Amino acid sequence: MENIEARVKKIVAEQLGVNEAEVKIESSFVDDLGADSLDTVELVMALEEEFECEIPDEDAEKITTVQQAVDYVTAHLNK
Amino acid sequence: MGFLQGKKILITGMISNRSIAYGIAQACHREGAELAFTYVVDKLETRVRDMAADFGSKLVFRCDVQNDDEINALFADLGKEWEGLDGLVHAIAFAPREALEGDFLDALSREAFQTAHDVSAYSFPALAKAARPMMQGRKASLLTLSYLGAVRAMPNYNVMGLAKASLEASVRFMAASLGKEGIRVNGISAGPIKTLAAAGISGFSKLLSAAADQACLRRNVTTEEVGNTAAFLLSDLSSGITGEITYVDAGFSINAMNAAEN
Repeated sequence: MENIEARVKKIVAEQLGVNEAEVKIESSFVDDLGADSLDTVELVMALEEEFECEIPDEDAEKITTVQQAVDYVTAHLNK
Repeated sequence: MGFLQGKKILITGMISNRSIAYGIAQACHREGAELAFTYVVDKLETRVRDMAADFGSKLVFRCDVQNDDEINALFADLGKEWEGLDGLVHAIAFAPREALEGDFLDALSREAFQTAHDVSAYSFPALAKAARPMMQGRKASLLTLSYLGAVRAMPNYNVMGLAKASLEASVRFMAASLGKEGIRVNGISAGPIKTLAAAGISGFSKLLSAAADQACLRRNVTTEEVGNTAAFLLSDLSSGITGEITYVDAGFSINAMNAAEN
């Protein structure tokens, strides 16, 4: 779990061009980290690559915070 | 010395480092070209400027290809920086999302047809027409990006396939028109690549794995591979080639099927 959180935070920091220390578990990509709509699409693509999973559009739209990304990945890796 | 040393190339359609245009920019930069870029709406300017900086370029211009004034302004502005233009990369396509899923006829509308053709097909000859004076006497090369949907029916690609067919026809007519001035025009038909634009196509990941399964090379292609072919077609190394669509698709389009494996 911690491992997933760390990996998600690293990807978020890389994709959004922010310092990893700024990325908190409760951070919202748009409101806290300054992501625009293209950034969020790219972020989801990067998560798909990192965790070798496919995130359908309807699920991707619901991933707006670091916590939600961690929860999604955790739930789908366990399947 | 790179094989594009001294060439001045304008690249459109780069919106992320996953863009095919980004792969083309990387290859052209590596081979020594000077690059300029365009963006379509103001909110993309910073993104494009940041990427342009990766290639040592500060030449970034706004151009919405649906607007004739912006097309003319682009080359007026570029002409203040460069005395001429050696290469133009057209990497622009758009269709309304609802036209790109489901049954072709169900999803078809006059509006979607017009938008897809205006943005994705008309824009290439329109840019060429405006760039023509800057390309004289330089053996310039123009390049666009197409897809197999131009010549084959396939799921979901729908009206974009029609637009790409028009675009490929345009490559031939432009090659004939500009050939007498020593200017070449070619297209690359790339295999599917997960770009930001492709993220809008429904079921794209399934399409990617299906394409890899049926390609001669049993894999998909990368933006680097398309970029390298693009750099070649933009260079004097390809001086005998014009009016062609070159497939960079791991052999998918020439293959009827692979034998069952596993």
